[in-house]
Amino acid sequence: MTTDFFIPDPEGLVPNAAGYFGDFGGKFIPEALVAAVDEVAAEYDKAKADPAFAAELNDLLVNYTGRPSALTEVSRFGEHAGGARVFLKREDLNHTGSHKINNVLGQALLTRRMGKTRVIAETGAGQHGVATATACALFGLECTIYMGEIDTERQALNVARMRMLGAEVIAVKSGSRTLKDAINEAFRDWVANVDRTHYLFGTVAGPHPFPALVRDFHRVIGVEARRQLLERTGRLPDAALACVGGGSNAIGLFHAFLPDAGVRLIGLEAAGHGVDSGEHAATLTAGDPGILHGSRSYVLQDEDGQITEPYSISAGLDYPGIGPEHSYLKDAGRAEYRPVTDDEAMQALRLLSQTEGIIPAIESAHALAGALVVGRELGPDALLLVNLSGRGDKDMDTAAKYFGLYDDGAAGGRGGNDAQGETK
Amino acid sequence: MSGNIELLSGVLAAAKAEDRAALVGYLPAGFPTVEDGIAAAVAMIEGGCDIVEIGLPHSDPVLDGPVIQTADDIALRGGVRIADVIRTVGAVHAATGAPVLCMTYWNPVDRYGAERFAEDLAAVGGAGCILPDLPVEESAVWRAAAERHGLATVFVVAPSSRDERLAKITAVGSGFVYAASLMGVTGTRASVGASAEALVGRTRATTGLPVCVGLGVSNAEQAAEVAAFADGVIVGSAFVQRLLDAREAGQDLQAGLNALRGLAGELAAGVRKRG
Repeated sequence: MTTDFFIPDPEGLVPNAAGYFGDFGGKFIPEALVAAVDEVAAEYDKAKADPAFAAELNDLLVNYTGRPSALTEVSRFGEHAGGARVFLKREDLNHTGSHKINNVLGQALLTRRMGKTRVIAETGAGQHGVATATACALFGLECTIYMGEIDTERQALNVARMRMLGAEVIAVKSGSRTLKDAINEAFRDWVANVDRTHYLFGTVAGPHPFPALVRDFHRVIGVEARRQLLERTGRLPDAALACVGGGSNAIGLFHAFLPDAGVRLIGLEAAGHGVDSGEHAATLTAGDPGILHGSRSYVLQDEDGQITEPYSISAGLDYPGIGPEHSYLKDAGRAEYRPVTDDEAMQALRLLSQTEGIIPAIESAHALAGALVVGRELGPDALLLVNLSGRGDKDMDTAAKYFGLYDDGAAGGRGGNDAQGETK
Repeated sequence: MSGNIELLSGVLAAAKAEDRAALVGYLPAGFPTVEDGIAAAVAMIEGGCDIVEIGLPHSDPVLDGPVIQTADDIALRGGVRIADVIRTVGAVHAATGAPVLCMTYWNPVDRYGAERFAEDLAAVGGAGCILPDLPVEESAVWRAAAERHGLATVFVVAPSSRDERLAKITAVGSGFVYAASLMGVTGTRASVGASAEALVGRTRATTGLPVCVGLGVSNAEQAAEVAAFADGVIVGSAFVQRLLDAREAGQDLQAGLNALRGLAGELAAGVRKRG
């Protein structure tokens, strides 16, 4: 069984030489990091031209990650989505439990090619951190993961996994103590240790070349899903849906469909307690263009350009920025982005669990909630493709508290405990 | 009104004529409050600083260590706005006649508008801007605005900067060049990076602009060591730490200002010793 890693980019969808997708992207970094970022770009260019690189990565994707990942039709869930046919791209079945491993293995190979011996990374939900710790164990690299203190608490299982894999996990106590601040701290580490350290960036944001590089490593998601869906149904989906925090699983799914004008691309953002509540992470819905973490893109900010603290029940989507290519796709009208609240996502999480026996990550549950709405809009003839970017094991403590699943009843239960929840 | 780039160049030239390095001090605006922050920057100049940089506190100070992060956080929680930062620059310049620059991450300026920011900074007598996360490739819009309003654009160079990049950066920079003594974020260090002298030499090979060295300098000995090979010595975290210490000890503002004057005096003696 083979899988596709490098498919030449459709025309016009690569960033320009300065790293811009239209008005978005670029390289807003301190001078101290310019040489290191340029080195990553140069090494990636060399790797792309080296058949041995693609061969080694493909071998890992098949024999280590377990690609291609399954495409699962979820008809009982689909009954709640206006009767639409819904297919899930099962990135949750990858080794380590999410899509993150696709990018991590590619960058781990680059790290080795650059002769660097240490890797640092940020993580929100811990999925990227676990994947990075995994690759570092596999390649014998020293590994330090930065994670916001709030996230180390709500994703404690993943902290233990990273430590079991031999990584050092540093709880970041500055700022909002979530993903944004973990990235700040990783940049501070990188500036000081850049000689031997690669910053294994986990999403399609950051300075050029990271948005394009991380995207390329995730393109396999959409390439596989498109082929699988054509084989199974004989047609393309009406819409492809994915959650967006930084946007890596979404861009991985969307990219193969960009030339297919009939396929709507829908990103689901974390609306937290609601976009109007001020407690959300819906960057494309409520943000403005600005610069955060090395590139120009939509960001949540005040009128003085201070970054606003985001909020989401989902640690992986709790980020006030977004990859620049998503900003480009939004402004170009090729993709649309919709907000999904905590409550909508949690109801979708339980619905998929209880109709299909698949417990999704809270992040991915945002995409599922979007599918319920879009399916009802389009009706029973619709064909929807949803990226199930990760599995929900890590979220069971949050979910148990939300739904009151613990015997002692100590925890919340805001969502009640009836068997067949439905989203609004 | 035009900005004070000429004043900045004049002060650096005067220090050179005295065969010493200039002393550049840094404090974020709004720390501990806007008014006390103005008094603090004035005290640094009274104590012996030749030039002051006023930081624009940012929510995401990626290039700052814990000391300046803490000060930024105090300033932001106190509600400091860009208008307060500009007012601070103006008040410090008006009280002392010294050149005052603004040091800021790029997003606040981008959001405020580069032209508007340059115009407002020049109007209060500001001398220029240091924009540590704005690489030369992205700087054209800012530089045009700065030139129109008589403001210096001070670029940061790092030990990792290759010679051809140094040439590209210094070709478009003005006022002075900020040479980072080491690879890292702001904060005091036990010793100044060994790479600083080499970087100053490589930078001088590309430009006639003065080269000032920052990052890690906190005492008179280090100031003298750096003054031996640089045109200016930049000190930030050590000043901020003095104010934090006074605050921590429950002392009043005067005690903090005295501490700043004292440190500025020691450093001013250091830059006149030249190692």
